Amino acid sequence: MDYVAIKEIQNKDQWLLADIRDALAKCMKCGNCMAVCPIYKETKNEASVARGKLSLIEGILSGENEISADLDHILSKCLCCKACAANCPCGVKADELIIRGRQAVVKARGLHPVKKLVFKLLSNRKLFDIALKAAGLFGPLSFKRLPRKMAAVARFPMPGIDKKRITAPFASVPLRSRYPEVVKVANAKYKVGFFTGCMINYIYTDVGDAVIHVLNHNDIEVVIPSAQHCCGTPVYVSGDKELAKSFARHIINVFESYDVDYVIAACGSCAEALKIEYLHMFQDDPVMYERAKVLANKTYEISEFLVDIVPFRRDDLGQILQTVTMHDPCHMARGIKVTKQPREILQAIPGLTFVEMKDADRCCGSGGSFSVANYPLSRKINDRKIKNIKESSAEIVATSCGTCRMHLADGLEQNKVYIEAVHVIQLLDQSYQAGKI
Amino acid sequence: MQTLYMQEFQKIVGAENVLTGQEDLFCYSYDATPGYSHLPEAVIIPENVQQVSAILRLANQHEIPVYPRGSGTNLSAGCVPLKGGIVLLMNRFDHIIDVDLENLVVVTEPGVIVADLNNIAAKHGLIYPPDPGTVATATLGGTIAENAGGLRGLKYGVSKHYVMGLEVVLANGDILHTGGRNVKDVSGYDLTKLFTGSEGTLGVITQATLKLVPAPECKKSIMAVFKNLDNAGKTVAGIIAAKITPATLEIMDNATIRTVEDYAHVGLPLDAEAVLLIEVDGMPEVVAKEANEVLRVLKTNHADDIQVAQNDAERDKLWAARRAALPALAKLRPTTYVEDATVPRSKVPEFLREVSRIAKEFNVTIGTFGHAGDGNMHPTIVCDSRDLKEMESVKKAMNEIFLSAIKLGGTLSGEHGIGLGKLPWMEQQHGSKVMDAMKSIKRALDPNLILNPGKLVGEC
Repeated sequence: MDYVAIKEIQNKDQWLLADIRDALAKCMKCGNCMAVCPIYKETKNEASVARGKLSLIEGILSGENEISADLDHILSKCLCCKACAANCPCGVKADELIIRGRQAVVKARGLHPVKKLVFKLLSNRKLFDIALKAAGLFGPLSFKRLPRKMAAVARFPMPGIDKKRITAPFASVPLRSRYPEVVKVANAKYKVGFFTGCMINYIYTDVGDAVIHVLNHNDIEVVIPSAQHCCGTPVYVSGDKELAKSFARHIINVFESYDVDYVIAACGSCAEALKIEYLHMFQDDPVMYERAKVLANKTYEISEFLVDIVPFRRDDLGQILQTVTMHDPCHMARGIKVTKQPREILQAIPGLTFVEMKDADRCCGSGGSFSVANYPLSRKINDRKIKNIKESSAEIVATSCGTCRMHLADGLEQNKVYIEAVHVIQLLDQSYQAGKI
Repeated sequence: MQTLYMQEFQKIVGAENVLTGQEDLFCYSYDATPGYSHLPEAVIIPENVQQVSAILRLANQHEIPVYPRGSGTNLSAGCVPLKGGIVLLMNRFDHIIDVDLENLVVVTEPGVIVADLNNIAAKHGLIYPPDPGTVATATLGGTIAENAGGLRGLKYGVSKHYVMGLEVVLANGDILHTGGRNVKDVSGYDLTKLFTGSEGTLGVITQATLKLVPAPECKKSIMAVFKNLDNAGKTVAGIIAAKITPATLEIMDNATIRTVEDYAHVGLPLDAEAVLLIEVDGMPEVVAKEANEVLRVLKTNHADDIQVAQNDAERDKLWAARRAALPALAKLRPTTYVEDATVPRSKVPEFLREVSRIAKEFNVTIGTFGHAGDGNMHPTIVCDSRDLKEMESVKKAMNEIFLSAIKLGGTLSGEHGIGLGKLPWMEQQHGSKVMDAMKSIKRALDPNLILNPGKLVGEC
């Protein structure tokens, strides 16, 4: 049976969509979201844009539509970049409503079989760790490294990965296996918990190294809880709220067991999960909500922490004689709203020339697993970003998110643009290193 | 619609450009107008004039309704496929064909977004003046078909003042070329003007030749607050009488002022009966002279507070209040009706009073803002379309608003078009003879009544 009748769903989960009825009614169908939706810009199809998606969800509530395979497919075509919500004159949080729609789809139809498999692996922390460690060890057999730093291309067809797509190689040894749980400094000013996230632990360990160096350099002790795991965002945005909550519970448990002053993350999406999403997840659970709030209140994105809390040392920065531009990840710009701090860090580096690109906070087209399922479309969106990077005349593009970095690196390679994509914190680390010489 | 026709349409544009899935159809069942929706039977997306011609020929032969659509942002239900049939989606016509700097015209396809044309014009120091609130999303085809205006209407007019020529496909598939690049052109009936503002009822626009004008070198914005509505009215008349034509001369009524203040905290006094936002533009010398003259008129008419923007940041601050008007009102309630009843500018204060009286009488929330200089008001009714009892009052209030605009010598629409929303009052405004004349035109050009049927002139 392809369709699940609305009545069955309403019987089971009437609250699931019914409680967003008022939020949906606020959309006045003005279509302003069309101006900013990266997907609509490419497809020009109403089903791509928030106005269309919200109408379809309203159609479910009114009984005009059913939760069909097509609806599932349409709702999955959203980058969660939040540009529509930021541009909405009526303040409709379309991104959150689309996730609510996905939750209804998951309840009615179940998760997509591929996602089901991936999330099953992801939800088993130990197995996931073994699998990704193995990927790092055996990676060179299946991926060919490219001259560009942290770039590799598949040697033979891989399920879900476009054969031309450039990804980053898995680390031969994950970050958390390379450091002790506590990286001490003499006379520590603060003690912070480092939420590494998956990208930094298994792939971009260079970012993890930089975070630890920079924090230590600022007299901050770094605690890296070994039992930490994925923040749960990929699961949450796919609509499996219950599974996402189990990730959130685990993270809250793990970080509660360490006595740290702050928790930092070096990825906009991870930081947003800890700071904002967990609170959404536990809205109906007062006890968990309070615990999530404690974690949320002490969580900072690394640049936000270095600028607003520490503040970071500027007396011993060395020169970096390069021109740098900044790509703001969606969840930094419109999620946790941290855009000034990474720029302040870059502009503090002596010799570094900072230039703004056009539409710096426009989505790079990655959207996490979106780019796996919709590679050609995400490539088109990314090509616009690469054009803006190129036109900025920068030699380096800095960002604050692993998946953005990976997608930018792919786009730069595909477009033959020889500019490097790095994390902001790597440049700060490099500057401290230069200052020592 | 029969499967057989569908296959023929697929042959014309390719199967991937004929959408028939339930979800796709649902997404083209509405536009930005509350209260109207209907599923089409197919959404067809052509990319050239030959395809449009072939589609219309086939639709005409089988009497299938055709609803041309750009971005679907209009406020008169102009795109809603009320009788099913085909939504003809024109957004693949997205090329600017020629920017002719010697004649200051641009030849463009109708799917180009208005702001994209303006970005290109700006590189040459030019502007395309019609600037509806939806410039960043609306297509040129849609704005031409709806005869859209905007904030600069007083000085620069509406779309029809900039359309010099069109390529149009008639219902029978014939391709017409009207007008051209000539500044002076009095050869024959002005078909260009006829199709401009025809709301997709007479033909499908596939190309347009548009006039560009030099961008003003300099602008000056002034905001004035009035405790007395009549003084604001006298100021508007006084500015015009002083032979000044500001680019923008906007007004907000007390209901709008209170809502904007509550939403944006821009520092407007809650007891003000009106706020005027005035912008003069042009050569620096002229702008300075005109701004002084505007200030004199404001003082003569007892403006209670006057602010002059000295730089771009201050200009943005003054405009913030006006920009917040619609979002602030729209956020009050789920459903928003933005009307555009227009009166001769001397009647603006009288009309605003009428609207406040009507709001009180029927117990509905109405904020009015708009283009005082050209009399184009936007009485904005906010309500909840799910509350049927409230909707009865809204309908009654709307009826009174349109009747009072007509009584004051006004018109149903200054810039949004008639579509379905304002159709019930058309005969009231124009009389049966004019309606008959309009219907004759419709029947002559579209004898099978397939193009956006039932809109603008109604059934005929």
